[in-house]
Amino acid sequence: MSTVSTAEAEITDVTASDTAAATAAAAAGMPQSLTFAKALNTALADEMAADPAVLMFGEDVGPLGGVFRITDGLTARFGEERCFDTPLAESGIMGMAVGMAMNGMRPVVEMQFDAFAYPAFEQVVSHAAKMANRTRGKVRLPLVIRIPYAGGIGGVEHHCDSSESYYAHTPGLTVVAPATVADAYTLLREAIRLNDPVVFLEPKKLYWTKEDVDLAALRSRFDAVDSDGAPRGGSPRPGAIGTAAVARPGTDATLIAYGPSVSTALAAADAAAAEGRSLEVVDLRSIVPFDDETVTASVRRTGRAVVISEAPGFASVASEIVARVQERCFHSLAAPVLRVTGFDIPYPSPKLEHWFLPSVDRILDAVDELQWEDQ
Amino acid sequence: MTISTGNPSPQAMADSRRDAAHSDAGATASHLLPSNVPVQLVDPDGHHRHDDRYPLPDGGALLDAYARLVTGRRINDQANALVRQGRLAVYPSSHGQEACQVAAAVVLETTDWLFPTYRDTVAVIARGVEPLEVLTLLRGDWHSGYDPCEHHTAPQATPLATQLLHAVGVAHASKLRGEETVVLAMCGDGATSEGDFHEALNFAAVFHVPVVFFVQNNEYAISVPLKNQSVAPSLAHKAIGYGMPGERVDGNDLAALLAVLGAAVERAREGAGPSLVEAHTYRMQAHTNADDATRYRTQEDVEKWVPRDPLTRMRTYLHGLNLLDDDAEARFAADAEVIAAYMRDGLNAEVQPDPQELFAHVYARRTPQLEEQAAQLRDELSRQDG
Repeated sequence: MSTVSTAEAEITDVTASDTAAATAAAAAGMPQSLTFAKALNTALADEMAADPAVLMFGEDVGPLGGVFRITDGLTARFGEERCFDTPLAESGIMGMAVGMAMNGMRPVVEMQFDAFAYPAFEQVVSHAAKMANRTRGKVRLPLVIRIPYAGGIGGVEHHCDSSESYYAHTPGLTVVAPATVADAYTLLREAIRLNDPVVFLEPKKLYWTKEDVDLAALRSRFDAVDSDGAPRGGSPRPGAIGTAAVARPGTDATLIAYGPSVSTALAAADAAAAEGRSLEVVDLRSIVPFDDETVTASVRRTGRAVVISEAPGFASVASEIVARVQERCFHSLAAPVLRVTGFDIPYPSPKLEHWFLPSVDRILDAVDELQWEDQ
Repeated sequence: MTISTGNPSPQAMADSRRDAAHSDAGATASHLLPSNVPVQLVDPDGHHRHDDRYPLPDGGALLDAYARLVTGRRINDQANALVRQGRLAVYPSSHGQEACQVAAAVVLETTDWLFPTYRDTVAVIARGVEPLEVLTLLRGDWHSGYDPCEHHTAPQATPLATQLLHAVGVAHASKLRGEETVVLAMCGDGATSEGDFHEALNFAAVFHVPVVFFVQNNEYAISVPLKNQSVAPSLAHKAIGYGMPGERVDGNDLAALLAVLGAAVERAREGAGPSLVEAHTYRMQAHTNADDATRYRTQEDVEKWVPRDPLTRMRTYLHGLNLLDDDAEARFAADAEVIAAYMRDGLNAEVQPDPQELFAHVYARRTPQLEEQAAQLRDELSRQDG
């Protein structure tokens, strides 16, 4: 489906040039420079190698490797029965994934763009999300819906939506949004191993960011656990899904972010530090399950909070976080919990999107409003 | 097109499928078209109609299926009565469509999969699922009461046509593992208007998976007649658009249904891919007990179908061959009554669903939020008890 943004073209080169160096570094067991896209690609390859029931399909994910190249090389390595193109029909992709998961497979599907996923909505909310409950746990659906997600890439209309609220509002779905290269790898492998349907939101603007990661160390975690995320022979323990990370410790206020807004929050914390204000940044990693514990512990400590999200703020994940923090941290709060979100408008055109997206300045403005005069 | 096993080999079918995707499709695709009239092997008067393409099932198979037909009718009647008594929330009856229900169940092996809709209760019971577990949905205890994996029978689908895609996925997974599983996916005439119907047929054809799509055309989608649903020459004609064969069958002729569906299942098992079977039948009762059918069709319309009833024609036919006598009839009726009594007893017993189960299955591992909410409800319940 579609018009491809100029940003997509860039990523091809980034992933391709990375591969050789990454392979060499991994072999040497050293931290290596990896793009977010390559981390996702590696996670898929590692899970497909670990479990023959893992399949990857969607639009253009076969020989092309996906419009963002996240499935690059998978068909060549695993064969066209395990990574394949489907007819161009998102409900069909999703419905077939439900059936495959009913019958012993662990399908991973790609919705080409966030706003192209809507034809699959009924299959996601009425079937993927409800099957386990409907059948009293007899039929669990281990499937992952990968969605290139949110803005910041100059995409034309219908290529950039922040659709997380639809999914987060649907009981039965796990909703994950990585913000770092290491988490892209870890969260995707965990998502594939979960026995529930996972909506895996991949911030498009992060695809070509690079970080040094110790892939061997990340991989070793998965050698030691079974398909339910539990260490082999041990008791279940939470993994990265369901556990927020403190991306930057601080003492004066907490910035709560996920997915694409984490990097913006970190940049704001850098700028605030220069002005003498210490901001903690909490990266949710998964929206569902939501890690109340980490979030409330941080806000109780700092006494102030701003929630940052690209999605329109009305009736949003950001609204939910504000409500939860307010309910749990009321007596620790020195100021109302504020939000920096997208405006309540359809996603803007490329030349206007920077007015829509949360920016460092808007975050700092919100922090300034947290009633510091009372200190 | 004849969906019969005397047709070209799977390889030849696969080749013709590829050919059909190319420029000479028009010249080669006519074999995918359905019969001009629905296949009929026993007419409404109970006489055998010879058909070169479809041999009549043997007497033993017909007698066994007829017994299930008697039971199916009794289940429909009993369920209607249980709605009137307030024991079922609602019942979409398949009265008049029992031949389709029985045939859909008996043409499958236990390792095959059945994908039924809300109107296919009789088919699910005929497949061997415990009746009270089947009726859990309509009783309102839970959204589905049986284990789909144990019976290879999907939960009864309430949204239209969505389950057809699940059927394609189940078949695809089995095919990838090299199993010989066939999937029979049921829907009604109204469901053929849904997008998922088209996506399912297309996916099944492109991935060449063993699914038999079985449309029970009962002429009404709640109140909307078929002519407002589709102006295709027949619903079976839709198959050719996806490169699979379509066939039409008299949906009140148990013998023809067993022959046509049996051939479609066998064809799929041999690797020849999906097909579409349209059964022409009639919904003799309202959509559900909550519906008033007199607002959109007349009693005369309905009465035209009474002489075509699937039970009476098969009874006449079997009596004519001396395969059925009054003793056997009495035995079948008594067997059906046993199931009806079992339904009455089971549904008259009070069942109190456990409110705590609301939180039990949503996730494989309960979220902290659901733990909190379960505790809240537990507290509420304990205060009520106190």
